Amino acid sequence: MTSTARVPAALWALLAFAALALALWLLREVPGVASVWAWLGAQFGFLQQPAGFGIAEGWLAFDSGDSYARAFQAGLVNTVRAAVPAAVLAVVLGTLLGIGRLTSHLLVRALCTAYVETLRNVPLLVQLLMLYFALTHLLPDSTEPVQLLPGWWLSKGGLSLPWPVREDGAFWPSRLEWPEPTAFNVIGGAALSPEYLTIVLGLGLYTAAFVAEIVRAGIGSVAVGQKLAAQALGMQAGQQLRLVVLPQALRVIVPALTNQLLSLVKNSSLAVAVGYPELVSVANTSLNSTGRAFECIAIVMAVYLVLSLLISAAMNVYNARVALRGWR
Amino acid sequence: MRKLPPVALAAGALLLALASTTAQAGKTLDAVKARGTVKCGVTNGVAGFSAPDTQGNWSGLDVDTCRAIAAAVLGDAKKAEFVPLNSQQRFAALQAGEVDILTRNTTWNLTRDASLGLHFTTINYYDGQGFLVPKKIKVTSAKQLKGATICTQAGTTNEKNVAEWSKAQGIPVKTVVFESFEASFKAFFSGRCQAFTTDTSALAGLRNKEAPNPDDYLILPDLISKEPLAPAVKRGDDEWFAIVKWVPNALIEAEELGITQANIDQLRSNSKDPAQQRLVGTGDDLGKLLGLDKDWSYHAIKAVGNHGEMFERNVGPKSALALPRGFNNLWNRGGLLYAMPVR
Repeated sequence: MTSTARVPAALWALLAFAALALALWLLREVPGVASVWAWLGAQFGFLQQPAGFGIAEGWLAFDSGDSYARAFQAGLVNTVRAAVPAAVLAVVLGTLLGIGRLTSHLLVRALCTAYVETLRNVPLLVQLLMLYFALTHLLPDSTEPVQLLPGWWLSKGGLSLPWPVREDGAFWPSRLEWPEPTAFNVIGGAALSPEYLTIVLGLGLYTAAFVAEIVRAGIGSVAVGQKLAAQALGMQAGQQLRLVVLPQALRVIVPALTNQLLSLVKNSSLAVAVGYPELVSVANTSLNSTGRAFECIAIVMAVYLVLSLLISAAMNVYNARVALRGWR
Repeated sequence: MRKLPPVALAAGALLLALASTTAQAGKTLDAVKARGTVKCGVTNGVAGFSAPDTQGNWSGLDVDTCRAIAAAVLGDAKKAEFVPLNSQQRFAALQAGEVDILTRNTTWNLTRDASLGLHFTTINYYDGQGFLVPKKIKVTSAKQLKGATICTQAGTTNEKNVAEWSKAQGIPVKTVVFESFEASFKAFFSGRCQAFTTDTSALAGLRNKEAPNPDDYLILPDLISKEPLAPAVKRGDDEWFAIVKWVPNALIEAEELGITQANIDQLRSNSKDPAQQRLVGTGDDLGKLLGLDKDWSYHAIKAVGNHGEMFERNVGPKSALALPRGFNNLWNRGGLLYAMPVR
């Protein structure tokens, strides 16, 4: 299958699914279909009940009186909140490491190689737990936070920093909220919990090792004559890389990178082990308090499937732009 | 080709869901006898309730409850088999028939009783949820925990209780939940949270066994919930339900009547009390009504002792947990234990 043909394939799958859902909805009064809806209502009706548990952090405000459906949304938002910065970190750091592995400087090359070989050969879960317990052991107690910069507090409660807030009803933020240490914790501003830092750093650093190898392979796939030709034209080393080598290497890099991004998003489910309340964590809690194992897991499956298809589609659009024109 | 998976998945999911709604009524007792073991779902390790030692031998109140049932059913307490389950797996494992009984310090409440396809049997421990705090934060009551971060395990009644308590009392707290019990208390002992919450029985075990220095930690006096812990069986097999209900009752009645592991053989030969005779296997044959031997309760008591002995050995004042008898004493000694008459 060619790379460009995969864009419609992923979209078609989503469309087919949406069409099925729409058909079920339109035909909801028809006896046979109505019983399916009744069944779905009986199975997934619990989503409307109040969840009764708290979610420690996230962008979506959540109160224990809110519904399970809202809890799943908050979990999904938290998954994205962790996966996006981790993906950016992985791609940027991975690209630098990949280039580093090919430089002529021995020390840089050795360091990059050591990094890649260490991180990609230790299980991610172990790395996350290590990172988490290192963070919570080494940081100062949250009753005695240290101030890094004015308003930036670091402790076992996480990193708190000033954050713009908006007044009720206003659209634009109008003032900065400054975190304040209180009896137990630093309160106010934006807080990055140790759980969040662990999952973003852990996922980003781990995936970067794989991205580095992909970038290295991509650059290696460009015929050496291309670089020599660039040299002959009088380009600097940076120009050779930026203008000649990388654009060609991207054709090899992007499809493999897509896989890594998909893995990264799915690996974010390991955050449940270090206490970050993402989708799987919320699903586990819901599953337990309602006993609806099948339903909760089906929701998690569906969400990851849709997320992955969306990422694939986006990456394929990008791939179509860097791929050789007219080449199928 | 790429279009298929979501559709296939939906179809598969549908089939799975339909299959899971059909209850299967099986004769658990026959299966247990044929297999020769009773399979009990236990924790991955909660001191005093179900925990393996370094040789892999299980001990604890829940473990003994399971052994008593194995002894009553198969005549041998060694025929109890333990399946460690985490709190997310436990109900699914029972529903799927992976285990015959769930003896995994599980709280009996309406939602679980009515919607998980299981029956709770006889409460073997009356617990309540409390808080463990480091002494250095100078907190003596849960009411002072305003603004604190609290660690607990995901998917437990504890997680919901603390959210409810926080709301009802107007004490805002932040909970950090971990998938495994171990990760949750390790995070607490590393100082991530100002308090750890779970059932007080487990808090005592944690403080005495896991804390770097037990004297640095305090269990707050406040209880924020009722946690009656009971074994559970899958629905659809009333005979098995009756057995798992009555064996623990027999152990409680044995304590009421003064029958112990040590004196049972003597009472078997010389007791004149009809109530004692029924329990030591020399009176009416009640085992027959449960589908068991006449000696069912004799074997159970002989294996693990009466309820009081079980309590003392695993969680009582002389054990590592050093829990007072409190609610878990007999009804005529100020507690809540009241055996239905074994007659």
